[in-house]
Amino acid sequence: MTFELFVFYLFAAIMIFAASRVISVRNPVHAAMYLVLTFFTCAGIWLLLEAEFLAMTLVLVYVGAVMVLFLFVVMMLDVNVEPMREGFVKYLPVGLLVGLIMLVEMVFLITQRYFKSEQFPIPERASAEGMSNTESLGRLLYSEYLFQFEIAAIILLVAIVAAIALTMRRRPETKYQKPSEQIAANKQDRLRVVQMPSEKRT
Amino acid sequence: MDALILTVMTLLKIVAVLVPLILCVAYLTLAERKVIGSMQVRVGPNRVGFKGLGQPFADVFKLMFKEVIIPTNSSKFLFLTAPILSLAPAVAAWAVIPFADGWAISDANAGLLYVLAMTSIGVYGVIIAGWASNSKYAFLGAMRSAAQIVAYEIAMGFALIGVLMMSGSLNLGDIVRAQSGGFFNWYLFPLFPLAIVYFISGVAETNRAPFDVAEGESEIVAGFHVDYSGMAFALFFLAEYANMIMIAALAAILFLGGWMSPIDGFGDGIHWFLIKTAAMLFIFLWLRATFPRYRYDQIMRLGWKVFIPVTIVWIAVVGFAIYFEVGPWFSSVRGAG
Repeated sequence: MTFELFVFYLFAAIMIFAASRVISVRNPVHAAMYLVLTFFTCAGIWLLLEAEFLAMTLVLVYVGAVMVLFLFVVMMLDVNVEPMREGFVKYLPVGLLVGLIMLVEMVFLITQRYFKSEQFPIPERASAEGMSNTESLGRLLYSEYLFQFEIAAIILLVAIVAAIALTMRRRPETKYQKPSEQIAANKQDRLRVVQMPSEKRT
Repeated sequence: MDALILTVMTLLKIVAVLVPLILCVAYLTLAERKVIGSMQVRVGPNRVGFKGLGQPFADVFKLMFKEVIIPTNSSKFLFLTAPILSLAPAVAAWAVIPFADGWAISDANAGLLYVLAMTSIGVYGVIIAGWASNSKYAFLGAMRSAAQIVAYEIAMGFALIGVLMMSGSLNLGDIVRAQSGGFFNWYLFPLFPLAIVYFISGVAETNRAPFDVAEGESEIVAGFHVDYSGMAFALFFLAEYANMIMIAALAAILFLGGWMSPIDGFGDGIHWFLIKTAAMLFIFLWLRATFPRYRYDQIMRLGWKVFIPVTIVWIAVVGFAIYFEVGPWFSSVRGAG
């Protein structure tokens, strides 16, 4: 076993363990932390594939931003697990059925003649003649996959607009700070100098 | 055999970076107290050793022999992991920093992305510490810190995009080499707004004054590390100062020409890198001694409503300038990239 293979199996084992803990652990904060571990080891496996740009982006975007917001929400909500578990038995048959169908579909796909892994050649390494990973990825995105890339960008933009539109509602009870007014305040508006003669001692 | 030699060499390189880094952290704490002291017309610590030079070691030994107290209702495992989670990325990020031409542990192509990724992981230490101590104050500190870091990370990333457009590379060594030819070619000048945004975001990311609401003493005692004592607390301290040096070093590399001399060909080398980093660190301390702490909503406003629009506008300006080859800075970018 080469060192590379050893690292792959190590990372894969950690990843599967962490992913299974995400759904089996009781505390939602611990579950979120296991999800972070899953992403992190996934980035490690991508590094083994020499996809350093994708690996770094995974850590940067998912671990560094998305999961921080996740944790933020999960910690703030203080989810009570008990009421959620009440429906467990009721929904179990439906869940099992869906899971079974998915399992059958997957087994069907993998074991069929046309989709066996032997049917596909091992992808060859593209020659990296003076091109870094980032450069070749950028070139592909902006030439061959330009339309898909632009469509993804537009979907994201729509999602941003929608998210802002959902939270933009007038709430008269909230008090806002208006920085422009705060800065524009001057001595004449706020300060009144009262001149009065000093009083005689009685 | 080759693999063994490579491993040993890499380990030696790591030690050669880490040991001076930790010494720098130790003496940065002393420098901070001395600088702020003299700005406030005090002497600062001057009892241990010659003129107080032994002070950092006295502090370290004190912290090492203190008991690490674990609060009763805390999540013990996460409570003890949090300091490590905050220190490890702060130290790991140094792997790609070029100290001089070719002097880096790893001359990675995606170096800048790696640094960004590592610095963004650092926030977990703070969040987990705040949550695991099971205390209101610590939790409030963690929440503040999480919101603040997410806000400023975007501005920081956008500020770096300008650097990428100018240099056409994610490799930190190439970014420095693209700034060769005297101080006039440093990115500080064509990317001036981005440099300012980057540095202020860096101060906010490291939770330093005036952005230190995560540990605001007057409101929430000490924020996320209220319940930490002894060595566990020292690790947080170490991480914060390592991050500070990191931000200063990155500012030197990205905007001040790294190891390049200000006058072309006048003794390039590690000394220029160290001088520039030290100058940026001094600004950190200067800020702390000068400004009162920001109010929380003002921090959020500055991050989202001021910095992000500024960076987006300047990225557009740089894009146009590069496309139309505006002199003196942007005329040669297209051909080189």
